[in-house]
Amino acid sequence: MLYIKCPHCGMRPQIEFSYGGDASVKRPELNKEISDQEWDDFVYNRKSLRGKHLELWQHISGCRQWIKVERDTATHEIFKTFKADEEVA
Amino acid sequence: MQKYSIFNLVKNAFSNHQNWDLAWKDPEPKEEYDVVIIGGGGHGLATAYYLAKEHNITKVAIIEKGWIGGGNVGRNTTIIRSNYMHDENGLFSEFGMDLWRKMSQDLNYNVMFSPRGIINLAHSDAQMNAYARRGNSMRLNGIDAVLLNREQVKEIIPMADFSENVRFPIFGGLMQPSAGTARHDAVAWGYARQADDMGVDIIQNCEVIGFDVSAGKINGIRTSRGNIKAKKVGLCVAGSTNILAEKLNMTLPIETHLLQACVSEPVKPVLDSVVTFGAGHFYISQSDKGEMVMGGDLDGYNSYAQRGNLPTLQHVLTEGIAMMPFLSKLKMLRTWGGIMDMSMDGSPIIDKTHIDGLYLNCGWCYGGFKATPASGWTFAHTIAQDRVHELNAGYSLNRFNTGHLIDEKGLGTKTWIS
Repeated sequence: MLYIKCPHCGMRPQIEFSYGGDASVKRPELNKEISDQEWDDFVYNRKSLRGKHLELWQHISGCRQWIKVERDTATHEIFKTFKADEEVA
Repeated sequence: MQKYSIFNLVKNAFSNHQNWDLAWKDPEPKEEYDVVIIGGGGHGLATAYYLAKEHNITKVAIIEKGWIGGGNVGRNTTIIRSNYMHDENGLFSEFGMDLWRKMSQDLNYNVMFSPRGIINLAHSDAQMNAYARRGNSMRLNGIDAVLLNREQVKEIIPMADFSENVRFPIFGGLMQPSAGTARHDAVAWGYARQADDMGVDIIQNCEVIGFDVSAGKINGIRTSRGNIKAKKVGLCVAGSTNILAEKLNMTLPIETHLLQACVSEPVKPVLDSVVTFGAGHFYISQSDKGEMVMGGDLDGYNSYAQRGNLPTLQHVLTEGIAMMPFLSKLKMLRTWGGIMDMSMDGSPIIDKTHIDGLYLNCGWCYGGFKATPASGWTFAHTIAQDRVHELNAGYSLNRFNTGHLIDEKGLGTKTWIS
Protein backbone atom coordinates (compact mmCIF):
# COMPACT_ATOMS: atom_id res chain seq x y z
CA MET A 1 0.00 0.00 0.00
CA LEU A 2 1.31 3.41 -0.96
CA TYR A 3 0.75 6.32 1.42
CA ILE A 4 0.24 9.65 -0.31
CA LYS A 5 0.39 12.97 1.51
CA CYS A 6 -2.54 14.96 0.15
CA PRO A 7 -1.55 18.65 0.37
CA HIS A 8 -5.09 19.38 1.61
CA CYS A 9 -5.82 16.43 3.92
CA GLY A 10 -2.48 14.97 5.01
CA MET A 11 -1.18 11.41 4.78
CA ARG A 12 -3.79 9.00 3.39
CA PRO A 13 -3.68 5.43 2.01
CA GLN A 14 -3.47 4.93 -1.74
CA ILE A 15 -6.94 3.34 -1.96
CA GLU A 16 -8.47 6.79 -1.30
CA PHE A 17 -6.88 8.06 -4.53
CA SER A 18 -7.32 7.43 -8.21
CA TYR A 19 -4.55 7.84 -10.75
CA GLY A 20 -4.53 10.47 -13.49
CA GLY A 21 -1.32 9.85 -15.38
CA ASP A 22 1.71 11.89 -16.41
CA ALA A 23 1.40 15.46 -15.09
CA SER A 24 4.08 16.85 -17.37
CA VAL A 25 1.85 16.51 -20.45
CA LYS A 26 0.63 19.93 -21.54
CA ARG A 27 -2.43 20.58 -23.67
CA PRO A 28 -1.46 22.66 -26.74
CA GLU A 29 -2.46 26.33 -26.66
CA LEU A 30 -5.63 26.69 -28.70
CA ASN A 31 -5.00 30.25 -29.88
CA LYS A 32 -2.37 29.22 -32.41
CA GLU A 33 -1.91 26.79 -35.27
CA ILE A 34 -1.34 23.31 -33.83
CA SER A 35 0.44 20.56 -35.74
CA ASP A 36 -0.69 16.92 -35.73
CA GLN A 37 2.58 16.10 -34.01
CA GLU A 38 1.74 18.41 -31.10
CA TRP A 39 -1.65 16.75 -30.68
CA ASP A 40 0.00 13.31 -30.84
CA ASP A 41 2.41 14.27 -28.12
CA PHE A 42 -0.44 15.51 -25.95
CA VAL A 43 -2.88 12.66 -26.53
CA TYR A 44 -0.72 9.57 -27.09
CA ASN A 45 3.02 9.91 -26.67
CA ARG A 46 4.45 9.38 -23.18
CA LYS A 47 7.96 9.33 -21.80
CA SER A 48 6.96 6.79 -19.13
CA LEU A 49 10.09 7.51 -17.14
CA ARG A 50 11.83 4.93 -15.03
CA GLY A 51 12.68 6.79 -11.84
CA LYS A 52 11.35 10.20 -10.81
CA HIS A 53 7.91 10.73 -12.38
CA LEU A 54 5.54 13.66 -11.89
CA GLU A 55 1.96 12.45 -12.01
CA LEU A 56 -1.62 13.44 -11.31
CA TRP A 57 -3.74 11.76 -8.65
CA GLN A 58 -7.24 12.63 -7.48
CA HIS A 59 -8.17 12.31 -3.81
CA ILE A 60 -11.42 10.71 -4.94
CA SER A 61 -12.50 9.35 -1.51
CA GLY A 62 -11.32 12.42 0.35
CA CYS A 63 -11.33 16.09 -0.63
CA ARG A 64 -11.77 15.16 -4.33
CA GLN A 65 -9.00 17.58 -5.32
CA TRP A 66 -6.53 16.78 -8.07
CA ILE A 67 -2.95 16.83 -6.85
CA LYS A 68 0.52 16.31 -8.30
CA VAL A 69 2.78 13.60 -6.91
CA GLU A 70 6.47 13.13 -7.54
CA ARG A 71 7.08 9.39 -7.29
CA ASP A 72 9.80 6.93 -8.27
CA THR A 73 8.31 4.43 -10.73
CA ALA A 74 10.88 1.76 -9.83
CA THR A 75 10.98 2.01 -6.02
CA HIS A 76 7.55 3.70 -5.46
CA GLU A 77 9.20 6.21 -3.13
CA ILE A 78 7.13 9.40 -2.99
CA PHE A 79 9.37 12.46 -2.83
CA LYS A 80 6.91 15.30 -2.71
CA THR A 81 3.28 16.20 -3.36
CA PHE A 82 1.89 19.46 -4.72
CA LYS A 83 -1.46 21.16 -5.17
CA ALA A 84 -2.69 20.93 -8.75
CA ASP A 85 -1.91 24.58 -9.55
CA GLU A 86 1.35 24.67 -7.64
CA GLU A 87 4.52 25.20 -9.67
CA VAL A 88 6.89 22.24 -9.45
CA ALA A 89 10.49 23.33 -9.01
CA MET B 1 21.59 -31.20 -32.17
CA GLN B 2 20.18 -34.25 -30.43
CA LYS B 3 16.51 -34.70 -31.17
CA TYR B 4 14.28 -34.99 -28.12
CA SER B 5 12.56 -38.35 -28.55
CA ILE B 6 11.66 -41.46 -26.58
CA PHE B 7 14.64 -43.29 -28.16
CA ASN B 8 17.12 -40.63 -27.14
CA LEU B 9 15.56 -40.52 -23.71
CA VAL B 10 16.12 -44.26 -23.28
CA LYS B 11 19.61 -44.06 -24.78
CA ASN B 12 20.64 -41.27 -22.43
CA ALA B 13 19.19 -43.08 -19.46
CA PHE B 14 22.10 -45.54 -19.77
CA SER B 15 24.55 -42.71 -19.10
CA ASN B 16 22.45 -41.21 -16.31
CA HIS B 17 21.48 -38.30 -18.57
CA GLN B 18 24.98 -36.85 -18.26
CA ASN B 19 25.65 -36.65 -22.01
CA TRP B 20 22.81 -34.52 -23.35
CA ASP B 21 23.91 -31.61 -25.54
CA LEU B 22 23.46 -28.16 -24.06
CA ALA B 23 20.09 -26.75 -25.16
CA TRP B 24 21.84 -23.56 -26.28
CA LYS B 25 25.37 -22.22 -26.19
CA ASP B 26 26.76 -19.21 -24.35
CA PRO B 27 28.76 -17.43 -27.07
CA GLU B 28 30.82 -14.24 -26.87
CA PRO B 29 29.27 -11.45 -28.95
CA LYS B 30 30.75 -11.22 -32.45
CA GLU B 31 31.82 -7.94 -33.99
CA GLU B 32 29.01 -7.80 -36.50
CA TYR B 33 25.61 -9.33 -37.26
CA ASP B 34 23.04 -9.01 -40.03
CA VAL B 35 20.29 -8.65 -37.45
CA VAL B 36 20.45 -7.93 -33.73
CA ILE B 37 17.30 -8.61 -31.71
CA ILE B 38 17.21 -6.80 -28.38
CA GLY B 39 15.28 -8.74 -25.76
CA GLY B 40 15.55 -12.48 -25.12
CA GLY B 41 11.94 -13.02 -24.18
CA GLY B 42 9.36 -15.07 -26.03
CA HIS B 43 8.90 -12.55 -28.83
CA GLY B 44 12.61 -11.94 -29.35
CA LEU B 45 13.47 -15.64 -29.38
CA ALA B 46 10.57 -16.39 -31.72
CA THR B 47 11.67 -13.58 -34.04
CA ALA B 48 15.20 -14.99 -34.25
CA TYR B 49 13.82 -18.47 -34.88
CA TYR B 50 11.58 -17.34 -37.75
CA LEU B 51 14.35 -15.15 -39.21
CA ALA B 52 16.48 -18.27 -39.50
CA LYS B 53 13.72 -20.69 -40.48
CA GLU B 54 11.55 -18.62 -42.83
CA HIS B 55 14.06 -16.14 -44.21
CA ASN B 56 17.35 -18.00 -43.99
CA ILE B 57 18.97 -15.17 -42.03
CA THR B 58 21.20 -16.81 -39.46
CA LYS B 59 23.83 -14.17 -38.70
CA VAL B 60 21.58 -13.08 -35.87
CA ALA B 61 22.20 -12.20 -32.22
CA ILE B 62 19.73 -11.97 -29.38
CA ILE B 63 20.91 -9.48 -26.78
CA GLU B 64 19.41 -10.04 -23.35
CA LYS B 65 20.13 -7.93 -20.27
CA GLY B 66 19.30 -10.72 -17.81
CA TRP B 67 18.61 -14.34 -18.73
CA ILE B 68 16.34 -15.55 -21.52
CA GLY B 69 12.74 -16.08 -20.54
CA GLY B 70 13.13 -14.16 -17.26
CA GLY B 71 10.68 -11.39 -18.11
CA ASN B 72 7.05 -11.57 -19.09
CA VAL B 73 7.27 -14.92 -20.90
CA GLY B 74 8.06 -16.40 -17.48
CA ARG B 75 5.51 -14.27 -15.62
CA ASN B 76 2.24 -14.61 -17.49
CA THR B 77 -0.84 -16.75 -16.90
CA THR B 78 -0.17 -18.86 -20.04
CA ILE B 79 -3.50 -18.16 -21.75
CA ILE B 80 -3.73 -18.58 -25.52
CA ARG B 81 -6.76 -17.27 -27.42
CA SER B 82 -7.91 -15.37 -30.47
CA ASN B 83 -11.35 -14.20 -29.31
CA TYR B 84 -11.10 -10.69 -30.76
CA MET B 85 -13.76 -8.71 -32.56
CA HIS B 86 -11.61 -6.43 -34.70
CA ASP B 87 -10.23 -7.90 -37.93
CA GLU B 88 -6.62 -6.88 -37.27
CA ASN B 89 -6.54 -8.61 -33.88
CA GLY B 90 -8.66 -11.60 -34.88
CA LEU B 91 -6.76 -12.53 -38.05
CA PHE B 92 -3.36 -11.96 -36.42
CA SER B 93 -4.23 -14.06 -33.36
CA GLU B 94 -5.88 -16.83 -35.36
CA PHE B 95 -2.74 -17.10 -37.50
CA GLY B 96 -0.95 -17.50 -34.17
CA MET B 97 -3.36 -20.26 -33.08
CA ASP B 98 -2.22 -22.32 -36.07
CA LEU B 99 1.40 -21.86 -35.04
CA TRP B 100 0.52 -22.87 -31.46
CA ARG B 101 -1.13 -26.10 -32.64
CA LYS B 102 2.01 -27.11 -34.54
CA MET B 103 4.53 -25.69 -32.09
CA SER B 104 5.57 -28.79 -30.12
CA GLN B 105 6.32 -30.72 -33.34
CA ASP B 106 7.85 -27.68 -35.03
CA LEU B 107 10.24 -26.98 -32.15
CA ASN B 108 10.76 -30.62 -31.10
CA TYR B 109 9.95 -29.37 -27.63
CA ASN B 110 6.81 -30.18 -25.65
CA VAL B 111 5.18 -26.82 -24.97
CA MET B 112 2.18 -28.65 -23.46
CA PHE B 113 -0.35 -26.74 -25.56
CA SER B 114 -3.72 -27.56 -24.07
CA PRO B 115 -6.72 -26.30 -26.09
CA ARG B 116 -9.12 -26.46 -23.18
CA GLY B 117 -11.31 -23.52 -24.22
CA ILE B 118 -11.89 -20.08 -22.76
CA ILE B 119 -15.22 -18.81 -21.46
CA ASN B 120 -15.92 -15.09 -21.02
CA LEU B 121 -18.84 -14.88 -18.58
CA ALA B 122 -21.73 -12.48 -19.21
CA HIS B 123 -23.70 -10.96 -16.34
CA SER B 124 -26.49 -9.06 -18.12
CA ASP B 125 -28.64 -9.22 -21.26
CA ALA B 126 -26.66 -6.32 -22.73
CA GLN B 127 -23.43 -8.22 -22.22
CA MET B 128 -24.92 -11.32 -23.87
CA ASN B 129 -25.81 -9.16 -26.89
CA ALA B 130 -22.29 -7.73 -27.01
CA TYR B 131 -20.84 -11.25 -26.83
CA ALA B 132 -23.17 -12.45 -29.60
CA ARG B 133 -21.84 -9.63 -31.75
CA ARG B 134 -18.22 -10.43 -30.91
CA GLY B 135 -18.83 -14.15 -31.50
CA ASN B 136 -20.31 -13.41 -34.92
CA SER B 137 -17.35 -11.19 -35.81
CA MET B 138 -14.99 -13.97 -34.76
CA ARG B 139 -16.81 -16.58 -36.87
CA LEU B 140 -16.67 -14.30 -39.90
CA ASN B 141 -12.89 -14.34 -39.47
CA GLY B 142 -12.84 -18.13 -39.22
CA ILE B 143 -12.39 -18.26 -35.45
CA ASP B 144 -14.51 -20.68 -33.44
CA ALA B 145 -17.00 -19.08 -31.07
CA VAL B 146 -19.97 -20.52 -29.20
CA LEU B 147 -22.51 -18.47 -27.28
CA LEU B 148 -23.46 -20.40 -24.14
CA ASN B 149 -26.60 -19.88 -22.09
CA ARG B 150 -26.66 -20.11 -18.30
CA GLU B 151 -27.39 -23.85 -18.24
CA GLN B 152 -24.60 -24.61 -20.70
CA VAL B 153 -22.11 -22.61 -18.65
CA LYS B 154 -23.27 -24.44 -15.52
CA GLU B 155 -22.44 -27.76 -17.13
CA ILE B 156 -18.87 -26.69 -17.86
CA ILE B 157 -18.11 -24.79 -14.63
CA PRO B 158 -20.52 -26.07 -11.99
CA MET B 159 -18.33 -24.63 -9.23
CA ALA B 160 -19.18 -21.04 -10.20
CA ASP B 161 -21.81 -19.17 -8.21
CA PHE B 162 -25.16 -19.79 -9.93
CA SER B 163 -27.34 -18.64 -7.04
CA GLU B 164 -30.09 -16.12 -7.87
CA ASN B 165 -29.35 -13.36 -5.41
CA VAL B 166 -25.77 -12.49 -6.30
CA ARG B 167 -24.67 -9.04 -7.42
CA PHE B 168 -23.49 -10.29 -10.83
CA PRO B 169 -25.56 -13.35 -11.79
CA ILE B 170 -24.24 -15.48 -14.66
CA PHE B 171 -26.43 -15.02 -17.74
CA GLY B 172 -24.21 -17.07 -20.04
CA GLY B 173 -20.90 -16.68 -21.78
CA LEU B 174 -18.92 -16.63 -24.98
CA MET B 175 -16.64 -19.62 -25.46
CA GLN B 176 -13.74 -20.12 -27.82
CA PRO B 177 -13.28 -23.91 -27.60
CA SER B 178 -9.91 -23.91 -29.40
CA ALA B 179 -8.31 -21.48 -26.94
CA GLY B 180 -6.24 -22.82 -24.08
CA THR B 181 -2.94 -22.72 -22.24
CA ALA B 182 0.68 -23.76 -22.78
CA ARG B 183 3.79 -24.21 -20.68
CA HIS B 184 5.25 -20.70 -20.91
CA ASP B 185 8.90 -21.46 -20.09
CA ALA B 186 8.95 -24.29 -22.63
CA VAL B 187 7.95 -21.82 -25.33
CA ALA B 188 10.96 -19.62 -24.60
CA TRP B 189 13.32 -22.59 -24.24
CA GLY B 190 11.98 -24.34 -27.34
CA TYR B 191 12.49 -21.28 -29.53
CA ALA B 192 15.92 -20.63 -27.98
CA ARG B 193 17.10 -24.19 -28.58
CA GLN B 194 16.05 -24.23 -32.25
CA ALA B 195 17.32 -20.71 -32.95
CA ASP B 196 20.68 -21.59 -31.40
CA ASP B 197 20.84 -24.75 -33.50
CA MET B 198 20.34 -22.72 -36.69
CA GLY B 199 23.24 -20.42 -35.79
CA VAL B 200 21.67 -17.63 -33.78
CA ASP B 201 23.88 -16.29 -30.96
CA ILE B 202 21.98 -16.00 -27.68
CA ILE B 203 23.93 -13.46 -25.63
CA GLN B 204 22.77 -13.14 -22.04
CA ASN B 205 23.85 -10.77 -19.27
CA CYS B 206 24.45 -8.11 -21.90
CA GLU B 207 22.77 -4.73 -21.42
CA VAL B 208 22.16 -2.32 -24.29
CA ILE B 209 23.63 1.06 -23.34
CA GLY B 210 23.11 2.95 -26.57
CA PHE B 211 22.62 2.94 -30.31
CA ASP B 212 24.89 3.91 -33.14
CA VAL B 213 22.72 5.91 -35.53
CA SER B 214 24.06 8.14 -38.29
CA ALA B 215 22.31 9.86 -41.20
CA GLY B 216 19.00 8.31 -40.21
CA LYS B 217 20.37 4.79 -40.37
CA ILE B 218 21.19 2.29 -37.64
CA ASN B 219 24.76 0.96 -37.69
CA GLY B 220 24.90 -0.98 -34.47
CA ILE B 221 24.44 -0.99 -30.72
CA ARG B 222 26.61 -0.28 -27.70
CA THR B 223 26.37 -2.85 -24.95
CA SER B 224 27.90 -3.62 -21.57
CA ARG B 225 29.97 -6.25 -23.41
CA GLY B 226 31.22 -3.98 -26.17
CA ASN B 227 30.01 -2.48 -29.42
CA ILE B 228 28.21 -4.67 -31.93
CA LYS B 229 27.73 -3.66 -35.55
CA ALA B 230 24.40 -4.55 -37.11
CA LYS B 231 22.66 -3.91 -40.40
CA LYS B 232 19.27 -4.22 -38.73
CA VAL B 233 18.12 -3.98 -35.12
CA GLY B 234 14.78 -5.16 -33.72
CA LEU B 235 13.42 -4.02 -30.36
CA CYS B 236 11.44 -6.67 -28.45
CA VAL B 237 11.69 -5.46 -24.87
CA ALA B 238 8.06 -5.13 -23.66
CA GLY B 239 8.00 -3.03 -20.49
CA SER B 240 11.49 -1.65 -21.11
CA THR B 241 10.56 -0.19 -24.51
CA ASN B 242 10.42 3.41 -23.25
CA ILE B 243 13.86 3.12 -21.64
CA LEU B 244 15.44 2.17 -24.97
CA ALA B 245 13.26 4.61 -26.92
CA GLU B 246 14.66 7.43 -24.80
CA LYS B 247 18.17 6.51 -25.95
CA LEU B 248 16.88 6.84 -29.53
CA ASN B 249 15.18 10.18 -28.82
CA MET B 250 11.83 8.59 -29.56
CA THR B 251 8.68 9.16 -27.53
CA LEU B 252 6.19 6.35 -28.03
CA PRO B 253 2.46 5.85 -27.39
CA ILE B 254 3.41 3.39 -24.64
CA GLU B 255 3.28 3.50 -20.86
CA THR B 256 4.83 0.89 -18.61
CA HIS B 257 2.51 -0.56 -15.99
CA LEU B 258 2.61 -3.43 -13.57
CA LEU B 259 0.37 -6.49 -13.90
CA GLN B 260 0.16 -9.08 -11.15
CA ALA B 261 -0.70 -12.74 -11.18
CA CYS B 262 -0.88 -15.38 -8.48
CA VAL B 263 -1.37 -19.08 -7.90
CA SER B 264 -3.11 -20.91 -5.10
CA GLU B 265 -1.92 -24.06 -3.41
CA PRO B 266 -2.41 -27.10 -5.67
CA VAL B 267 -5.79 -28.81 -5.45
CA LYS B 268 -7.42 -31.73 -7.25
CA PRO B 269 -8.77 -31.08 -10.77
CA VAL B 270 -11.73 -28.73 -10.52
CA LEU B 271 -11.56 -26.45 -13.58
CA ASP B 272 -10.83 -27.71 -17.11
CA SER B 273 -11.16 -24.45 -19.04
CA VAL B 274 -10.05 -20.84 -18.78
CA VAL B 275 -12.75 -18.59 -17.31
CA THR B 276 -12.98 -14.80 -17.16
CA PHE B 277 -15.30 -12.75 -14.96
CA GLY B 278 -17.43 -10.39 -17.05
CA ALA B 279 -18.19 -7.73 -14.47
CA GLY B 280 -14.62 -6.81 -13.68
CA HIS B 281 -11.20 -8.03 -14.64
CA PHE B 282 -10.38 -11.50 -13.35
CA TYR B 283 -9.32 -14.66 -15.13
CA ILE B 284 -8.58 -18.13 -13.87
CA SER B 285 -7.39 -21.52 -15.03
CA GLN B 286 -5.93 -24.58 -13.34
CA SER B 287 -2.37 -25.61 -14.03
CA ASP B 288 -1.29 -29.18 -14.60
CA LYS B 289 0.15 -29.15 -11.08
CA GLY B 290 -3.30 -28.27 -9.72
CA GLU B 291 -2.64 -24.66 -8.77
CA MET B 292 -5.38 -22.17 -9.58
CA VAL B 293 -3.67 -19.55 -11.80
CA MET B 294 -5.27 -16.13 -11.46
CA GLY B 295 -4.80 -12.56 -12.63
CA GLY B 296 -6.66 -9.36 -13.36
CA ASP B 297 -6.12 -5.64 -13.15
CA LEU B 298 -3.02 -3.51 -13.52
CA ASP B 299 -1.74 -1.95 -10.32
CA GLY B 300 -3.03 1.30 -11.78
CA TYR B 301 -0.05 3.64 -11.92
CA ASN B 302 3.17 3.74 -13.95
CA SER B 303 5.56 1.14 -12.59
CA TYR B 304 8.83 -0.56 -13.44
CA ALA B 305 8.90 -2.41 -10.14
CA GLN B 306 8.26 -6.03 -11.31
CA ARG B 307 6.50 -6.58 -8.00
CA GLY B 308 2.94 -5.84 -7.02
CA ASN B 309 0.92 -3.96 -4.47
CA LEU B 310 -1.67 -5.66 -2.25
CA PRO B 311 -4.77 -3.45 -2.77
CA THR B 312 -4.99 -4.49 -6.43
CA LEU B 313 -4.50 -8.16 -5.64
CA GLN B 314 -7.21 -7.97 -3.00
CA HIS B 315 -9.57 -6.27 -5.45
CA VAL B 316 -8.91 -8.87 -8.15
CA LEU B 317 -9.37 -11.81 -5.80
CA THR B 318 -12.62 -10.31 -4.47
CA GLU B 319 -13.95 -10.63 -8.02
CA GLY B 320 -12.66 -14.18 -8.17
CA ILE B 321 -14.45 -15.14 -4.97
CA ALA B 322 -17.65 -13.50 -6.23
CA MET B 323 -17.43 -15.73 -9.30
CA MET B 324 -16.19 -18.93 -7.64
CA PRO B 325 -16.79 -18.81 -3.88
CA PHE B 326 -14.71 -21.94 -3.18
CA LEU B 327 -11.56 -19.90 -3.91
CA SER B 328 -11.90 -18.26 -0.50
CA LYS B 329 -10.91 -21.58 1.11
CA LEU B 330 -7.62 -21.82 -0.78
CA LYS B 331 -4.27 -20.57 0.43
CA MET B 332 -2.19 -18.32 -1.78
CA LEU B 333 1.02 -20.00 -2.85
CA ARG B 334 2.77 -17.33 -4.88
CA THR B 335 2.23 -13.86 -6.30
CA TRP B 336 4.39 -11.99 -8.78
CA GLY B 337 4.35 -9.07 -11.19
CA GLY B 338 5.60 -8.18 -14.64
CA ILE B 339 5.92 -4.84 -16.38
CA MET B 340 3.62 -4.37 -19.37
CA ASP B 341 4.10 -2.15 -22.39
CA MET B 342 0.60 -0.65 -22.38
CA SER B 343 -0.19 0.98 -25.71
CA MET B 344 -2.63 3.84 -26.01
CA ASP B 345 -5.31 1.84 -27.82
CA GLY B 346 -4.70 -1.54 -26.21
CA SER B 347 -3.25 -3.07 -29.39
CA PRO B 348 0.39 -3.80 -30.24
CA ILE B 349 2.88 -2.15 -32.57
CA ILE B 350 4.97 -4.21 -35.03
CA ASP B 351 6.47 -1.81 -37.50
CA LYS B 352 9.44 -0.08 -39.06
CA THR B 353 10.54 3.21 -37.55
CA HIS B 354 11.77 6.53 -38.93
CA ILE B 355 15.32 5.19 -38.45
CA ASP B 356 16.40 3.02 -41.37
CA GLY B 357 17.08 -0.54 -40.16
CA LEU B 358 15.41 -0.11 -36.77
CA TYR B 359 12.25 -2.12 -36.13
CA LEU B 360 9.81 -1.93 -33.25
CA ASN B 361 7.77 -4.66 -31.57
CA CYS B 362 5.90 -3.47 -28.47
CA GLY B 363 2.58 -2.51 -26.93
CA TRP B 364 1.42 -6.01 -25.99
CA CYS B 365 -0.58 -4.89 -22.97
CA TYR B 366 -2.31 -7.85 -21.28
CA GLY B 367 -1.89 -10.23 -24.22
CA GLY B 368 1.77 -10.73 -25.03
CA PHE B 369 2.17 -14.42 -24.31
CA LYS B 370 -0.48 -15.78 -26.65
CA ALA B 371 0.93 -13.57 -29.42
CA THR B 372 4.46 -15.02 -29.12
CA PRO B 373 4.55 -17.12 -32.33
CA ALA B 374 2.55 -14.70 -34.52
CA SER B 375 4.54 -11.75 -33.21
CA GLY B 376 7.86 -13.48 -33.91
CA TRP B 377 6.69 -14.62 -37.34
CA THR B 378 5.44 -11.21 -38.51
CA PHE B 379 8.32 -9.30 -36.90
CA ALA B 380 10.81 -11.59 -38.63
CA HIS B 381 9.02 -10.91 -41.92
CA THR B 382 9.03 -7.15 -41.30
CA ILE B 383 12.77 -7.17 -40.54
CA ALA B 384 13.81 -9.56 -43.33
CA GLN B 385 11.73 -7.93 -46.09
CA ASP B 386 11.94 -4.39 -44.72
CA ARG B 387 8.15 -4.13 -45.07
CA VAL B 388 5.23 -5.15 -42.93
CA HIS B 389 3.23 -8.31 -43.63
CA GLU B 390 -0.50 -7.89 -44.19
CA LEU B 391 -1.07 -9.59 -40.80
CA ASN B 392 0.71 -6.79 -38.93
CA ALA B 393 -0.10 -3.94 -41.33
CA GLY B 394 -2.73 -2.69 -38.89
CA TYR B 395 -0.24 -2.67 -36.02
CA SER B 396 1.52 0.40 -37.39
CA LEU B 397 3.20 3.03 -35.28
CA ASN B 398 1.62 5.92 -37.17
CA ARG B 399 -1.96 4.76 -36.60
CA PHE B 400 -2.00 7.08 -33.59
CA ASN B 401 -1.30 9.90 -36.02
CA THR B 402 -3.74 8.86 -38.74
CA GLY B 403 -6.54 7.85 -36.38
CA HIS B 404 -6.70 4.18 -37.40
CA LEU B 405 -6.75 2.99 -33.80
CA ILE B 406 -7.61 -0.60 -32.88
CA ASP B 407 -9.40 0.01 -29.60
CA GLU B 408 -10.69 -3.51 -28.92
CA LYS B 409 -11.78 -2.72 -25.39
CA GLY B 410 -12.90 0.85 -25.99
CA LEU B 411 -10.78 2.22 -23.16
CA GLY B 412 -9.07 5.06 -25.00
CA THR B 413 -5.75 6.39 -23.86
CA LYS B 414 -6.14 5.82 -20.13
CA THR B 415 -4.14 2.64 -20.07
CA TRP B 416 -4.35 2.26 -16.31
CA ILE B 417 -8.16 1.98 -16.42
CA SER B 418 -9.18 -1.64 -16.57
